[in-house]
Amino acid sequence: MQKEPVVIIEPGSGIGSMNLKEVWRYKDLLYYMVLRDVTVLYKQTVLGFAWAIINPLFQVLIFSLVFGTLAGVKPDISGMPYPVFSALAVIPWTYFSNSLNLAGSSLISASAIFTKVYFPRIIIPLTPVFSKLVDFAISSLILAGMMAWFKYQPGHNIVFVLIPVLLVVLSSAGLGFWISSLSVQYRDFKFALSFMLPILMYVAPVAFPATLVLEKLGNTAFHLYALYPMVGAIEGFRTSFAVGKEMPWNLIAISSASALVIFISGIWYFKKMERHFADLA
Amino acid sequence: MQNLAIKVSNLGKAYRIGLKEKKQETLAGSIIAALKAPLRNFRKISNLNKLQNQDGGDDIFWANRNINFEVYKGEVLGIIGKNGAGKSTLLKLLSRITEPTEGRIEIHGKVASLLEVGTGFNPELTGSENIYLNGTILGLTRKEIDARYNDIVEFSGIEKFMETPVKRYSSGMKVRLAFAVAAHIDPEILIIDEVLAVGDAEFQKKCLGKMQEVAGKAGRTVLFVSHDMAAVKNLCTRAILLQNGSITYEGHPNDVVDYYLRNAAMIQNDTAGVSFENRKGNGKFIVTNFEFLNAAHQPVVVLETGMDAFLKVSYKSLEKSPNPVVNILIRNSYQQIIGNLLTRIAFPGVLKLAPEGYVLCHIPKLPFLPGRYTIDIMLKHDYDVTDQIEGLTIMEVEKGDFYGTGKIQDSMKDGLLVDHQWQVI
Ligand SMILES: Nc1ncnc2c1ncn2[C@@H]1O[C@H](COP(=O)(O)OP(=O)(O)O)[C@@H](O)[C@H]1O
Ligand SMILES: [Mg+2]
Repeated sequence: MQKEPVVIIEPGSGIGSMNLKEVWRYKDLLYYMVLRDVTVLYKQTVLGFAWAIINPLFQVLIFSLVFGTLAGVKPDISGMPYPVFSALAVIPWTYFSNSLNLAGSSLISASAIFTKVYFPRIIIPLTPVFSKLVDFAISSLILAGMMAWFKYQPGHNIVFVLIPVLLVVLSSAGLGFWISSLSVQYRDFKFALSFMLPILMYVAPVAFPATLVLEKLGNTAFHLYALYPMVGAIEGFRTSFAVGKEMPWNLIAISSASALVIFISGIWYFKKMERHFADLA
Repeated sequence: MQNLAIKVSNLGKAYRIGLKEKKQETLAGSIIAALKAPLRNFRKISNLNKLQNQDGGDDIFWANRNINFEVYKGEVLGIIGKNGAGKSTLLKLLSRITEPTEGRIEIHGKVASLLEVGTGFNPELTGSENIYLNGTILGLTRKEIDARYNDIVEFSGIEKFMETPVKRYSSGMKVRLAFAVAAHIDPEILIIDEVLAVGDAEFQKKCLGKMQEVAGKAGRTVLFVSHDMAAVKNLCTRAILLQNGSITYEGHPNDVVDYYLRNAAMIQNDTAGVSFENRKGNGKFIVTNFEFLNAAHQPVVVLETGMDAFLKVSYKSLEKSPNPVVNILIRNSYQQIIGNLLTRIAFPGVLKLAPEGYVLCHIPKLPFLPGRYTIDIMLKHDYDVTDQIEGLTIMEVEKGDFYGTGKIQDSMKDGLLVDHQWQVI
C-alpha cells in the first residue's frame, strides 16, 4: 500500500514549502499559466504577434539613428553593421525588461488566486519569465530579417547562443523573485522598478560594446561591470553571432556567478516572505 | 489513532489590525521616514508582518484561537458560525494558504480546498482551456484532468459551449463549469467554504449530491462551512460552532445548529439587538422588549426558513387601553414592506391586555427566505399612535427546509415563500 502523505503545519514551517518536489508536482500548473498568458495575449490583440516585433524594431531603428549614425558608435565586431549589433542587444533586453516588469507585479495581480488556493507561489513570478520567451522567439525574427537584409552571416559561435539566453532567464527569474515579494510589502516598488529599468538599459551594453568600458575605465572596472548579469548576457548573445571573435567567457562567468547569487538569494527571500503574502495581499 | 485525517492542536491565527491599511506603506514613504527616524521606522515596517510588536499588542486581533479538534476519515464535519467568526480563516490555515501564528495542524492525506468557485478562471480562454487551468490550480495534473475531462463537461451540462470564450458565458454557466471542475477533484480531504451560496438551486442540488457521493466514498473526509442549516443537518456527521475565533460547541449537527440558532446573540455583538432610537408616539402604551422564539418558546436570534417561530412583544401600558393594537412590519433589504402582522385583523375578537405583559405572534412556518429583514413596530390605542419604532431589530434568517422535501430554494434572497403542494392526478 502506498504510504499516505502527512503534512504538518506549524508557525514557521513555511507554507509553500519550496522543496523542488512540490514545485515539480505543480509543473502542469506552470505550463497552463504560461499557456494562458500566451493565449490571452495573442487572442486579445489582432496584432499580437506584430507587437512582439514592432516594439523592439523601433528601438533598433532609433538606436541605429542616434548612436550608430549621429554619435558614431562603432561595433567591436568586425563586419557587423550597427543595426544588427544593436538588435542583438535590444532583443534580449526587451525580454529581460518585459519579463521582469511582469514578474515584479505578478504577485499583486495574482492575489485573488493565491489567497484562495494553495500551490507553490513561486510559480507566479516564474510564469512571465517563461511566457515572455515566446515573445523573445518571435522578436528574433527581426534578427533573421536584418541579417538577410545586410547579408550578414553568423559564425560558428552560434552553437553557444543558448548559454547567454539561459543567463538572461536566470537573471530575470532571480530579480523577479526579489521584486515580486518586495512589491507585496511596498506597493510603490513597481514605480521604483519602472524608474530603474531605463537606467539599467543605458548602463547595459545595449547601445555600445562592453569593450568600451575596458578601453575607457580599465580592466578592474570592466570585470566589476560584468557583475551586472545583463553585461555577460548581452555581450555573450551578441558575440555568439559574431565571426572571428572569441566568446567573452570571462564576462559570462562573472555575470553567471552574479546571476546565480541573485537567483538563489531571490528564492531564499521569496520563501522567507511567502508565508505573509496571503495576509498582506 | 483510528484513521485520523486531521488533528488540530491549540491553533491560533493573529492578524495585525489595520494591516490592510498599513500594507499601503510605500517604499518612498518609508525611505523618507527612514531618513528622519532611521531605526524606529525600519522596525515598524519590518514588523508589519511579524506579531511580536513592542507596544503591548493591542493592535493584534486573533481571528482564530485555541482551536482543538480531530477529524477522522469518512467524517463530514460542518463548521458554522456568524460572519467574522473565523471560519474562512480556519479553512485557510488548514489548506496552507496562510500560516498559523501558534499551534499545530497534522493532515493525513491529499487535501483540496474550495474556498471560492472558479479561482483563476480567465474570461478570454475557452471553457475547455479553463477546465485545464482551473483544474491544475486546484492541484490536479494534466493527466488527471484528461481522465476526468468528459465527466467534467457532462456534469457542467454545457457541452456545446466548450470552445466558447468564458467571457461570453452567463454567470450561471460560469458557476456550472467551475463547480463541475471542483466536483471532480476527488481528494482524500475536501475543504469547502460557503461556495454553494452561488449558482441556481437545481445545480446546487446536484453539487450537494456529488458532495454526498464524495463523503460516502470510503475514507473520504469533508470539511464544510455553510450558512445552510438544512445542508449541515443533512450532510454532516458532526459539526462545530465557531464564536469569536474559538470552538464553543461541538457535537451532532442537529444539536449544534440548534444551539447556534438559540445563542447567536451572545455569540456576536453585531446582532443589532433591540434599538428604541427611532421612536415616536404619545408613550401611553409602549414596547419594552422584543424577542424571537422557537417552537419551544426559547429565545433565538437567528431564524430558519420554514421554522415554527414566535415573535414576542413585551409592552407596558400607562392607562387602561380602550382598544389596543399591535402592528409589526417586516421590511426587506430595500426597505420595502413585505409583511404586515397586525392584531386588528388577524386576532379574532377584541384584544384585551393587562397593564404589563407580552403578546406572542405565532408564525407556524416562517416564509422568509434567507436574509436580513428590518422589523418596525407600532402600538396604538384605537387610531392614536402610542409608540412607533422604526428599525426596532433585525430579523436574521438562515436557509431551512420550508417544504419539508429536503430541497431548498435559494436562488432568491430576501423574499417570501408561498406555502403550497403539488398534486398529480
Ligand atoms: N488578512 C486579514 N487581515 C486582517 N484581518 C483579517 C484578515 N482576514 C480576515 N480577517 C479578520 O478575521 C476575522 C475572521 O474572518 P473570517 O475567517 O473570514 O470569518 P468568517 O469566514 O467566519 O466570516 C474577521 O474579523 C476578519 O475581518
Ligand atoms: Mg467566510
